[in-house]
Amino acid sequence: AFPKRVKVVEVGPRDGLQNEKNVVPTPVKINLINMLSETGLQVIEATSFVSPKWVPQMADHTEVMQGISKLPGISYPVLTPNLKGFQAAVAAGAQEVSIFGAASELFTKKNINCSIEESLERFDEVMTAARAANIPVRGYVSCVLGCPYEGKISPAKVAEVSKKMYSMGCYEISLGDTIGIGTPGSMKEMLTAVMKEVPVGALAVHCHDTYGQALANILVALQMGVSVVDASVAGLGGCPYAQGASGNVATEDLVYMLNGLGIQTGVDLQKLMDTGTFICNALNRRTNSKVSQACCRL
Amino acid sequence: MGTVPSALKHCLSYQHLLKEQLWIGEPAAPPPVVPHPGQDSQASGLPEYIKIVEVGPRDGLQNEKVIVPTDTKIELINRLSKTGLSAIEATSFVSSKWVPQMADHREVMMGIERHPGVQYPVLTPNLQGFHSAIAAGATEVSVFGAASEMFSKMNINCSIEESIERFEEVAKSARNMNIPVRGYVSCALGCPYEGNVIPAKVAEVSKRLYSMGCYEISLGDTIGVGTPGSMKRMLEAVMKEIPLSSLAVHCHDTYGQALANILTAIQMGVAVVDSSVAGLGGCPYAKGATGNVATEDVIYMLNGLGINTGVNLYKVMEVGNFICSALNKTTNSKVALASFNTGAI
Repeated sequence: AFPKRVKVVEVGPRDGLQNEKNVVPTPVKINLINMLSETGLQVIEATSFVSPKWVPQMADHTEVMQGISKLPGISYPVLTPNLKGFQAAVAAGAQEVSIFGAASELFTKKNINCSIEESLERFDEVMTAARAANIPVRGYVSCVLGCPYEGKISPAKVAEVSKKMYSMGCYEISLGDTIGIGTPGSMKEMLTAVMKEVPVGALAVHCHDTYGQALANILVALQMGVSVVDASVAGLGGCPYAQGASGNVATEDLVYMLNGLGIQTGVDLQKLMDTGTFICNALNRRTNSKVSQACCRL
Repeated sequence: MGTVPSALKHCLSYQHLLKEQLWIGEPAAPPPVVPHPGQDSQASGLPEYIKIVEVGPRDGLQNEKVIVPTDTKIELINRLSKTGLSAIEATSFVSSKWVPQMADHREVMMGIERHPGVQYPVLTPNLQGFHSAIAAGATEVSVFGAASEMFSKMNINCSIEESIERFEEVAKSARNMNIPVRGYVSCALGCPYEGNVIPAKVAEVSKRLYSMGCYEISLGDTIGVGTPGSMKRMLEAVMKEIPLSSLAVHCHDTYGQALANILTAIQMGVAVVDSSVAGLGGCPYAKGATGNVATEDVIYMLNGLGINTGVNLYKVMEVGNFICSALNKTTNSKVALASFNTGAI
């Protein structure tokens, strides 16, 4: 049986825009988030408080955070890789933050230049500060179904890292198929292992559609009781590991499937598609959402 | 997810992982006897073996803007014959007035290499088409019904009942000549004209086709509007009338739902899946939208599920590459798109 309701976490403004070739100006980012706020989405990942040296696309994080209209009932989490980022985020008005772990040592080393253990120590500082400020923290685990460097990833490792982050105080763990390589078989195997350590109510899936498997993988996750799914409007965000390939699954296509399954999301698909049209025009690119393509000939 | 240097493209681990996922190398041959797809012999409850019916040369090319020359069609089919596929829909014996892309049906049928163990079914809308097909060497044919009256009217200018009568003539002749007939039911999950299509109607039309002697019924989500929910309801209704082992699904990916729908079908025991190399074939009802699901993406999913298909994914990708070059278009297969750009291929 499927969950009656699924919470859709919109990552377009952050994960999406961060991985797009073209950088959009701050007013466009703000408008994107404001339009998303009108669609019924409850969670919109707004930006990332990382050093602009590493992620220039997110250099305007403070302006974005301060410029968006924060509607009641909607959460606008931001990425905070360390205590410094956390403090900057809070100063800019953030009321929820996210931290990014990985199930692969090599990926952690290449991505943030330290071991998994060291990264968790860094996050612990953020956790302590967040707890003191009553700020909820969402934990991401990357490479849950495969790593661009290590190749195969054992489900036990994913479970181990998830458990650590959950024990540290993350209210939710988003399991990311970073390179989109997973299939329903590996998704099931991984979730079975993780669900032994983290309650399913605290789990989310973050599937990339690089090999076209995202919706099938999400379907399996839903069948296992997962009720939080990350997606990106218009499927924004390519894959840094496979040039020209797609990355995030499109929110429109996800909502279409959930609607068809009779699962409540609270999201207005038409308004979502309109938002996708807006940002694709701004980025001068075609949408990655098939639903949008079929409906609007984009 | 941080940014990563392009040096990653040369990472051996990633290539290794991809190669595992892509099952590069010879896959196991299909079982010699006809499998019982309805039985789940795996712990996961899925069929052990799934037959892929490749519809690229017909459904795919018929719905492409660019018409390819006969030689290219023949080359495409010949290459597909070497990938391990056991069923390749070769062409359509319809009047070239209606389907100009298939005008060279006779030349194609007579020009292709016929590999042992591979079937080359062709579409035959009526007795005349059937006779032409046989004269050209066809040894298997397909007939196309629809679960929607309006679609039937708009597509072939007659009611469902009239179309069934036409097909019965074909089925009768085919039976006399020992030629197997595959039946398609279009609009199984929705119709571009009627909108909603009720599962009972799909079951009714399927049953008519099956009763007249079609060995297999391929249920087509013609406009790709279906979702796992509607797929399940439709299959439940049809499975009351047709044995599971005689069912196939033909999903279009117009709304990105195809793989999820196919997964739902195979979870219910369906063990025959139609697909099109490189996702050839757009949707005539939604301009610019995609149509058929890509064979590569289906095989990738089935490989990942440990389901045997007998098909070599790498070889299919190479064929996809060939036909996309010939059509001067980018592939619709995400697996192909991702694989050709990472240096793994």
